[in-house]
Amino acid sequence: MSSALNLSHEPVTRVRHGKFAMWAFLASELMFFAGFFGTFIVLRNTNYAAFGEGSAQLSWPLALVNTFILIGSSLTMAMCIYHLERGNNKLFRLFMGLTIMGGFGFLIVKYLEYSSKWEHGLFPGQEHHTLFFSFYFLMTGFHALHVVGGMIPMAYMFFRSYTKRGYKHPGKVETLGLYWHFVDLMWIFIFPALYLMIPYAVAGAGAHH
Amino acid sequence: MSTATLPSTETEAHTHEHHHELPWYRKYVFSTDHKVISKQFMLSSLFFLFIGGAFALFIRWQLAYPGTKIPLVGSILPATWVTEPGSGIITPEFYAQLLTMHGSIMIFFVVIPLALGMFGNFCIPLMIGTDDMALPRLNMWSFWLVPPAGLIMMAGFFTETGYATAGWTSYPPLSASIQLPTFTISGQTLWLISVFLVGFSSIMGSVNYVTTVLNKRAKGMKLFDMPLTVWALFITAIMAVLGTPVLAAGLAMLFMDNFLHTSFFLPDNLVTNSKYFGGGQPVLFQHVFWFYSHPAVYIMILPLMGIVSDVLATFSRKPVYGYKAMVFAIAGIAFLGFIVWGHHMFQSGMNPLLGTTFMLSTIVIAVPSSIKVFNWLGTLWRGNIKFTSAMLNALAFVSMFIIGGLSGVFMASAPVDIYIHDTYFIVAHIHYVLFGGSLFGIFAGIYYWYPKMFGKMLNEAWGRKHFYWTFVTFNLTFFPMHILGVGGHMRRIYDPNVYDFLKGLGGINEFITIAAITLGFSQLFLISNILWSMKFGKKAPRNPWHANTLEWAAPEHPGHGNFDMDITVYRGPYEFSVPGRELDYWPQWEQGEAISAHHNTVAVPIENETRTFGAH
Repeated sequence: MSSALNLSHEPVTRVRHGKFAMWAFLASELMFFAGFFGTFIVLRNTNYAAFGEGSAQLSWPLALVNTFILIGSSLTMAMCIYHLERGNNKLFRLFMGLTIMGGFGFLIVKYLEYSSKWEHGLFPGQEHHTLFFSFYFLMTGFHALHVVGGMIPMAYMFFRSYTKRGYKHPGKVETLGLYWHFVDLMWIFIFPALYLMIPYAVAGAGAHH
Repeated sequence: MSTATLPSTETEAHTHEHHHELPWYRKYVFSTDHKVISKQFMLSSLFFLFIGGAFALFIRWQLAYPGTKIPLVGSILPATWVTEPGSGIITPEFYAQLLTMHGSIMIFFVVIPLALGMFGNFCIPLMIGTDDMALPRLNMWSFWLVPPAGLIMMAGFFTETGYATAGWTSYPPLSASIQLPTFTISGQTLWLISVFLVGFSSIMGSVNYVTTVLNKRAKGMKLFDMPLTVWALFITAIMAVLGTPVLAAGLAMLFMDNFLHTSFFLPDNLVTNSKYFGGGQPVLFQHVFWFYSHPAVYIMILPLMGIVSDVLATFSRKPVYGYKAMVFAIAGIAFLGFIVWGHHMFQSGMNPLLGTTFMLSTIVIAVPSSIKVFNWLGTLWRGNIKFTSAMLNALAFVSMFIIGGLSGVFMASAPVDIYIHDTYFIVAHIHYVLFGGSLFGIFAGIYYWYPKMFGKMLNEAWGRKHFYWTFVTFNLTFFPMHILGVGGHMRRIYDPNVYDFLKGLGGINEFITIAAITLGFSQLFLISNILWSMKFGKKAPRNPWHANTLEWAAPEHPGHGNFDMDITVYRGPYEFSVPGRELDYWPQWEQGEAISAHHNTVAVPIENETRTFGAH
């Protein structure tokens, strides 16, 4: 009954509700990861050498590959929005498929990394586990969960694009894109913090990868 | 998704039809209507209020009569709670569980869901004149995370170690439960999962509130035309969006410590020399925890400050004194709330210089708080006061908040805190703020909006009975706790009689317990009033309190879509007793002169002054 009244009007800020809420949610997400980074900074400073040794055991080339995969998928995500806004369902589907593949690629590389950590006994509860690896699994684990969380609606949109009408909501894709770029951005912070910040003293001695 | 204006007659007919087709479980269970969700929050919170209150009475019994059988229910308590089956004497372990669960339930499942969930959902769309939240389905999920979270926390009963025992603050190393093997689900593990879920619910709700307030205000409503309730909820939502995730991060790390035996918060050589432990810092958790949980104190009281401002203005028939100052005071409290967390940790081993900083920032919070109290008194000053149940509770809020606030400033000073830290003085303070403040505010809100919520009037006589009993027994319960605290009574102690110096306080403990039991049973007035009036209450008129804000423009018992007429806002929310106008109120939606006279304080003419008191 309300649609006849003047209650349902354009958003006052001219930003769609979904997009606005996503920005607010991303502010929240930022504080979530800030909690991790804050404790990371404190504990890294009190366990400087141990964190360096841990960091030296990670494989930065694999992480670099992942960085490019994720940035690439952010690009294809932007292409999705571009094409859907212009009503090109086919190209939308193509780029959405590529974005999903990017997500999968990221997770596969992550799996390779994790399984090598398992073999080296670096998981929590295994014999070589250290505080650094607690952070490693915490931060990359939550990041990977965010990747999975983004891929679920992507898969939904992808399969909906096969229906007769195609997928018709560029706004929702844009909102999801915001989230996806955020996940990408978090990786851009996690990557140097965990993989690259190796003190010189440790880097020479401990790098056996 | 956006509710763009496409009201062609066809879509209108379609949506209309659609509403009637909703099956019962979409109407009453998985409803996306903000009013239904609000009632769901109310129901679940009142249920948990009952559990949390019962736990508090167990605690009180043990403190007053240590080692004696709990009357009535003692013989039927589960065997794991009591020293021997049927003895009715609770064990020290269960006492620790009671303290933890009382605090956790009251904070995470009663006050936050009532303040933010119930009032946020009910008030925001109605008071800004819109049909629903910006994202109704997200809103539904924000409620439906709460009951599972509550059940998960309560499921601690079925674990080997019982409920969580580390207090509602859950400090490690105790909360890490490292004496248990890895992958053991203890009550503490479930506590961590549960609070994480509740936090997620509160983030989802708050994201929605922020979007709704900024995007869906009725035509003509500027930000400074919003009632203070909406302002307070809006600012609170921003706090919840920014604060809650930090707690979630801390909980995730503590969960790993607890479940997988990592050592984020466990220092070197804590339990064994085993290499799994060490390197972490227990105090770090306290920093992370209080970074959220201090703002959470304001999350629990700011919405009620807004509500009380509205109730005071309506029943004094006067504009809120200093409307803009009120808004900025709320914002100031919210901002300062984020930089005072260290005052919980004066005794945790913090650099004294840092302690001084936190002490100063904490004391500064008294400034915006005093502005609010001053303006409330300014609102009441020479008003035509009507002592309805809502008004009485609002007045209690103001006066109890003054007591709780003053003891807060007192103990914010680090040297004082060193003396009273972890004593009953702190318990007295937190209950003056959270019960005397928040809960009286919640009662005021329930009495005020019940007519719009259920379309029926509450019984005023019962409401007043509820208020007087609650107010008196509340003070009898919590005021003597100050004395206990200064006498050195610890905050978490199973049997005070183990110390000779506490034996002299036994009489006060007994007195408090009797008062607390009366206080608990006084709440039956409220519960029965709510239930009775739902069925037998007088039918509520559209605007029973002659208030100005937009929710009173809605039908008596608004359905889906809220309003049955166009809403355009012409003036601010507090145009009471405008000179030269016949009625003493001037609704925001009433067509006419578009004025915003927030700064205009109208005094009641002299001839009305005799009516100021005894208006009921």
